[in-house]
Amino acid sequence: MRSCVDARTEELPVAVRAQGLGKSFPGVRALTNVDFDVRHGEVHALMGENGAGKSTLIRILSGVHRADEGTITVTGAAVPFRNGRFPGSPGEAERAGISVVHQEIDLLPNLSVAENIGLGRQRTRFGLLLQRLMRERATAALARLGIALNVRLRLADCPIAVRQMVAIARALDVSAQLLILDEPTSSLDAEETARLFTMLRRLRDGGLAIVLISHSIGEVCSIADRITVLRNGTRVGTWNAPELPPAALVEMMTGRTVTSGERSSVAPAVLPELPALRAEDLACGHVLGPVTLSLHAGETLGIAGLLGSGRSELLRAIFGADAPDGGTVAVKGVRVRPGSVRASIAAGMAFLSEDRARDGVFADLSVGENLLMALQARCGAMRPIPRTEAKAIVDRFIAALGIRAASADAPIASLSGGNQQKVLLARWLAIEPTVLLLDEPTRGMDVGARAEIESLLASLRHRGLALAIVSSELDETVRTSQRVLVLRDRAVAGMIESADVSEGAILALVAHGGDPA
Amino acid sequence: MNASAMHSWHRWRSAIAWPLVAIVMLLLVNAAFDWTRTGTFAGAFQRGGFLSIVMIDGRPTGAIMDTLSRGATVALLAIGMALVIAGRGIDLSIGTVMAITGVTAAAVVDRGAPGWLAIPAALAAALVCGAWNGFLVTIGRLQPFVATLILMVAGRGIAQALADGQILTFRDPVIEFLSGGRVPWLPVPVPLLVAMLAALVTFIATRRTAAGLLLEAVGSNPGAARLAGIRERLLVFVTYVASALCAGLAGLIECARVRSADPSRLGLSLELAGIFAVVAGGASLAGGRFVLGGAIAGAYLLQTMTTTMYARDVSSDVAPLPIACVILAVCLLGSPRFRSDLRAIVKRGKQ
Repeated sequence: MRSCVDARTEELPVAVRAQGLGKSFPGVRALTNVDFDVRHGEVHALMGENGAGKSTLIRILSGVHRADEGTITVTGAAVPFRNGRFPGSPGEAERAGISVVHQEIDLLPNLSVAENIGLGRQRTRFGLLLQRLMRERATAALARLGIALNVRLRLADCPIAVRQMVAIARALDVSAQLLILDEPTSSLDAEETARLFTMLRRLRDGGLAIVLISHSIGEVCSIADRITVLRNGTRVGTWNAPELPPAALVEMMTGRTVTSGERSSVAPAVLPELPALRAEDLACGHVLGPVTLSLHAGETLGIAGLLGSGRSELLRAIFGADAPDGGTVAVKGVRVRPGSVRASIAAGMAFLSEDRARDGVFADLSVGENLLMALQARCGAMRPIPRTEAKAIVDRFIAALGIRAASADAPIASLSGGNQQKVLLARWLAIEPTVLLLDEPTRGMDVGARAEIESLLASLRHRGLALAIVSSELDETVRTSQRVLVLRDRAVAGMIESADVSEGAILALVAHGGDPA
Repeated sequence: MNASAMHSWHRWRSAIAWPLVAIVMLLLVNAAFDWTRTGTFAGAFQRGGFLSIVMIDGRPTGAIMDTLSRGATVALLAIGMALVIAGRGIDLSIGTVMAITGVTAAAVVDRGAPGWLAIPAALAAALVCGAWNGFLVTIGRLQPFVATLILMVAGRGIAQALADGQILTFRDPVIEFLSGGRVPWLPVPVPLLVAMLAALVTFIATRRTAAGLLLEAVGSNPGAARLAGIRERLLVFVTYVASALCAGLAGLIECARVRSADPSRLGLSLELAGIFAVVAGGASLAGGRFVLGGAIAGAYLLQTMTTTMYARDVSSDVAPLPIACVILAVCLLGSPRFRSDLRAIVKRGKQ
């Protein structure tokens, strides 16, 4: 553990101070009266759940959004902000010394490393680029980070971790006071993350102010000097990192109490019957570590974990939507060909993705056509479902699931999100699966629609389906699940058995992992 | 008729309406010209008039019959292109595939083989071309535009090599039947028959099976199609093969018309006519819904325009401009959004 950090940060000069920031979007209050300061020589972690206001805060700091209320002051800024309160454009923020490295690295893969670092700030002579000067500057910028790299390399030929470093070098090339990193580790593996953090510590010790956004509690605890937690657009508080243990941090983020004592035995019960679904050592690149799980007929397995913990990736790997690197999946004891959606469906699996628009809805087609698509795909192109039979199936599901559509021939785009979701659920129920994998089945739905889906899922379970449900709503997981698998940092943190399932038990595992607190 | 049939009928009608309206208007314009020329309304229907159908050597002739016959080429191309575009692709190679097929047929006949052997050989060449495109798009994962551009450019060289760089002329009754043949009990140009037959086969293959629906799903959302268990790569592959076979038939008809195959001119820039026809028939280049009838109507709109230009003695250098204007008008009127914008403007004008 780091020593005397808290004592040190107390005396550090403030680099950037935001006071009373407020921001509204049409229909949404994104930020309310947020105070936030970053000091020179500290890594300041900004934590919060989705929609807590982290992104909005960063966008105001970097000049993308304009705050409705409040001011931002940059100590030692050469020029005051033109409106006197906050940066009016990303360029102005950059000139004031605020640099951002975004989650999707916004560099140009076709250009060289040097060009990426120097782009937009290149020196010219008689309108011609001074290539050599640009390369020298880029080399120097990378050297400051402790990286030796041929700056003539095309960026696309560099590994992602190196691109991340180049993005940071670009951000620092403008004599930055404050460096903001938005989810810098989301596409890095453990070793690359360690390299990045070594570099960040060096920059911190050199006096740079760093704001870090990350969903990984473990990472934040290992590098942050101070932590600010946002929830629902307001600041919950700022703590010196050692004063905020993981459990308390999760509690602050979610607003729910973690009671470590509730944790139960982690060993899964040995069930005699053949599981409906068994995944062994399933792994998928650096997004999912080896995971083993069993799922039985008539049971709902909740899969919990923070965003980026590998919960969606786990379902996708089981279904074959993303090809796993290793491990096996078996349905009722029969091995399924890995990475093949069709093999998974043939084996009796069905998968409802979290992204309806991207992975589910055929916007051009009607409600009925959308509903029958999986069944038709399984029958094959040569065996069309007869019209009368198709109509019977569609009408049956529209009635059973209470889908509110003008008619089966209405375009699916004319339905509300909740009803579209029901159509997609019906699409899978129509093939009568034995295992139903659901990723955020109630996302974006109002309370009524949510309750309908939940009771529907419960009745499916009673009829002997095996369900695995990923949800970021803890109360929903607790309500629907018999057992809960908790993922943390892309690996299994533990399994909570029936009697012990509670929000507290899940949060404890999310916060502490398998280790006792 | 049940609700679903009503629905598809509505879609069919809206796709085909605007090209048909444009064709009828063109016919009326031609009739008006003939009226002023001859001084009588009946002039349009008399010999030399645009709407006349006169029996010569026991076969009907006239501008309309000519349009029906010549329009078959682009109609065939449009059928194949409609399928490819429905699957979110594009096939730029069909003009070149026409040349390769025509040259193959001519070369086979040139070596003394009979026509009934040359036609399957030529279509086999088209099949290989289509499989190549399909391979590049589905296995090679190239963008369709780039994948088919390769054959569009390189295929001309293949055709040149097959023809030894010459224009191959031939006489063969079987191949010539494809353009000038006479069916005893049916006074219809053979090219039109071929196109209608191709349309019928395609219709049955797509709409009497589920292939058409699955293809529309792939074009509408390829990612979702894969997750629903649709064999999206196989479907897309087949569309490129179908498109090349349609182009092959078109190539045979075109070279039968002139009894020669010119590797550098045959089918030149007809891929654009095919795309035009599909778009005029109400399809979106973004993939999804397709209506075969709309694409065929679009093809015949193009041909009616071309025949009109000939009939009105418009120089072939200038002809593309009025053709483009009509196509633009049809595409704009066929777009629901443009129509609603137009209505809003008209309404504002009245106030």
